[in-house]
Amino acid sequence: MRTFLLFQRLLIKMNDLNDISLSEIIKLIKSKKISSLELANHFINNIKKAKKLNSFITTCFDQTIKDSKSFDKKQNFDGLLPGIPIAVKDLFCTKNIKTTAGSKILENFVPTYESTVTNNLWKEGAILLGKLNCDEFAMGSSNETSFFGNVVNPLENNFVPGGSSGGSATALAASLTPATIGTDTGGSIRQPASFTGTVGLKPTYGLCSRWGIVAFASSLDQAGPMTKNVEDCALMLEAMSGYDKKDSTSINRKKENYFKNLKKSIKGIKIGIPKEYRVDNMPKEIEQLWKNGIDILKKSGAKIIDISLPHTKYALPTYYIVAPAEASSNLARYDGIKYGYRSKKGNNLIEMYEHTRAEGFGDEVKRRVLIGTYVLSSGYYDAYYLKAQKVRKLIKGDFDNSFKKVDAILTPSTPSSAFKIGEKTNDPISMYLNDIFTVPVNLAGLPAISIPAGKDHKGHPLGLQLISKALEEQKILNIAFAMEKEIDFKQSLNRWWE
Amino acid sequence: MKDKFDYFIKTENNKWEVIIGLEVHAQVTSKSKLFSSSSTKFGGKPNTQVSLVDSAFPGMLPVINKFCIEQAVKTGLGLNAKINLRSIFDRKNYFYADLPAGYQISQYKNPIVGEGSVTLDMPYGTKKVGIERLHLEQDAGKSIHDLSPDNTFVDLNRSGVALMEIVSKPDLRSPDEVNSYVKKLRTIMRYLGTCDGNMQEGSLRADVNVSVRKEGEKKFGTRCEIKNVNSIKFMEMAIESEAKRQVELIESGKKIVQETRLFDTKKNETRSMRSKEEAHDYRYFPDPDLLPLEIKQSFVDNLKNKLPELPDKKKERFINKFKLTPYEANVLISENNISEYFEEVIKSADIKLAKNWIIVELFAVLNDKNLDIKDSPVSSKNLANLVNLISSGEISGKIAKKVFELMVQSGDEPSKIIKDKGLQQQSDPKELEKIVKNVLEKNLDKITQYKAGKEKLYGFFVGEVMKASSGKANPKLVNDILKKELKK
Repeated sequence: MRTFLLFQRLLIKMNDLNDISLSEIIKLIKSKKISSLELANHFINNIKKAKKLNSFITTCFDQTIKDSKSFDKKQNFDGLLPGIPIAVKDLFCTKNIKTTAGSKILENFVPTYESTVTNNLWKEGAILLGKLNCDEFAMGSSNETSFFGNVVNPLENNFVPGGSSGGSATALAASLTPATIGTDTGGSIRQPASFTGTVGLKPTYGLCSRWGIVAFASSLDQAGPMTKNVEDCALMLEAMSGYDKKDSTSINRKKENYFKNLKKSIKGIKIGIPKEYRVDNMPKEIEQLWKNGIDILKKSGAKIIDISLPHTKYALPTYYIVAPAEASSNLARYDGIKYGYRSKKGNNLIEMYEHTRAEGFGDEVKRRVLIGTYVLSSGYYDAYYLKAQKVRKLIKGDFDNSFKKVDAILTPSTPSSAFKIGEKTNDPISMYLNDIFTVPVNLAGLPAISIPAGKDHKGHPLGLQLISKALEEQKILNIAFAMEKEIDFKQSLNRWWE
Repeated sequence: MKDKFDYFIKTENNKWEVIIGLEVHAQVTSKSKLFSSSSTKFGGKPNTQVSLVDSAFPGMLPVINKFCIEQAVKTGLGLNAKINLRSIFDRKNYFYADLPAGYQISQYKNPIVGEGSVTLDMPYGTKKVGIERLHLEQDAGKSIHDLSPDNTFVDLNRSGVALMEIVSKPDLRSPDEVNSYVKKLRTIMRYLGTCDGNMQEGSLRADVNVSVRKEGEKKFGTRCEIKNVNSIKFMEMAIESEAKRQVELIESGKKIVQETRLFDTKKNETRSMRSKEEAHDYRYFPDPDLLPLEIKQSFVDNLKNKLPELPDKKKERFINKFKLTPYEANVLISENNISEYFEEVIKSADIKLAKNWIIVELFAVLNDKNLDIKDSPVSSKNLANLVNLISSGEISGKIAKKVFELMVQSGDEPSKIIKDKGLQQQSDPKELEKIVKNVLEKNLDKITQYKAGKEKLYGFFVGEVMKASSGKANPKLVNDILKKELKK
């Protein structure tokens, strides 16, 4: 019998844990076909061999091993993530584990507290593998603004994984973690998910607590799951979400069972197709992808309805006023006084501030702090910030009107597939344009999911985005679940980096 | 005291009117801070009352303390002000070492309390001072520059403590009115229990806006703001010196520059802190970490129903019901504890006697010993007993003073002191007759004078009898006996 179990375990490894989903791994651990320690060792090995991808800023393997051993000692399968090792974006504060937000200014910052979202994962039985690279303070769409270097897309060397949750997307696609979490302020979960052939969901604003997440733009920031398939996505969302009285913008409502309630039937559901998302110069491949998505939905019994979101074209400029404005204020606390990096230069307080922030922040962060400071300045406030807030209401109004007619909206996730490292670093505007389909959702506070839906001529994955009314995550999960089956997206990596 | 308003800066050719508006920063009485659960206790060791929120660690979020909202609403009701059911917290951005987040959470365009008013009792009549608004904000920490020549230290214990900023309209016209206004605000807030008004501990400070204009002119002059004045006396001094400075400038043909100034208490003058051009651009915007604050009318009504009787109402009642003079009423309502004490005493004692004993004798003792009336060595019950002993004629006023002195020392009740010290009144007619006769025998010459018409000497005889009885003789009996004896 013992020999048989060993043999079976060997088989599992030969089948390769790299190709199976989180839900399948949970089945293996629950049926005791694999231990938490074995899982931990598997991912630790993968991580050690993936230095080239640069997806981790910090690992805590000793702690991972210790935690998995103690899980195995008194196995408890009550949680949603029993004994599952998971790596998280380095924007989530983790108790006694360095948290950098991808910035030099927090290079050696070790929080004494645990973010609510990560704490929710640990309460469900998960174990921390390490902290994932990201754009500095989550400002970026290619993971090239990180102080700890750019992250490489596991699909092909020299390509970006997207951003800002680029480390999360790469680690997930390369099976360095069975699932992960990111944050999405303007597309930072959905765009890298799209670039790496994975699933990413940005929940309704307020569904996941922001407490303990390094803030970028408070009215837009939202944590969400990144997974290999829709089922895993539902599971992770269920694990991480929930009301938190420590976050005043958290929504106080009963927790939902997204995983249990996941079903493929979408017959009769109404899907809106917004004409404004057909942007100029959109690659034919994206057009085709979108069309394929529509066809699949039709085939599954959904009703397709053309809709209009007339203020879409103002979303990007609005976003690039609101987000930097909030960021300029949120990042004021990094001043070298209380924690984090402090420059040795400067003869007085003001000079110390100037040197600390000049040396501690990267270019993209500085650019946004400057923009944000400018748009909030007296004399400019009304023309920029106030106007942007008004437009933001109009954008939300567009969605509200549409959701009177449709259940969900289908759009491409991004206007292109992954681009080359360095391709857009000197052209911030073209970088910002990458978020054109994702940003309106953040401005409106709505949930949206990106699922892999096809490939471009280079064989790089492309994603489709489903958007719903606030708090209707279950609806888009169900639609995505149905589409996923029909699309049957397959991606096999040759693990060139190992 | 003058019965006509007369505060002007007078120069050779002109009479200048001084226009004053106040921004009073009052610390909300609350165990915990505005957005965190840290203690607000005064005098703690530096940086021992600081949470992760107060020190602005990454990812920390503010959560409003509901009690502070109640306190602000109560104060608003006490100022007869409009309560705004929807208000917004904004961020006021500026860099300073004792401001950990790089912004202060305050209320800018939409404060929790709108327009109201406060009534002042001035010697020349009552004066209504308009309140522009009251808003909630957090205090900053404290930079300590004098502990080391090379370093500045920061204490964050105050960081995040709730303040109410109460902004008056430019309705004040003299240092006296400012004095009266600040005291009135303090009294109202103490009645409400919303601010202890303790200026030594920094619970009450003010920014003072001063401008001048020629008497009769309608337009306001350019104002200067004197920042952070922390005592009423300094406010009065600062206004006087700033008004004079402005008058001198204008009369010598110069212009007033709108600016922020500091009051140097040692030199008794204000000096420039920063000009309008150098003024901070605070880049106010709504704090995205906090939703707009929405309160229900029922929440306000509930607080309104539980409001204590406020100073103005109480004064009116004291005057009408107890026949006090406005002055007496003012003194007795100046603190809730005092009016409570007074009302306790007069439950069982004569009002007229009681008010005098409190205002004259008790206050002298409390002032002398620097005590609050709630720590008075003479309890309200004991004072009532003393007053009753006087009004029933059991002891004379003179003996009462002696008894009171002993009450202050021991805290004992008066009848015990009288018994222990043998201070009971001499009311035995036989004994008194003896004393009277004795006094008269010694002063036969004065009797002759008295009988010859020098009636003033009657008082002399009474005094001698009292002296002979160590003040214990029952004055009424002494009177009766003396008159009888003198007729003989």
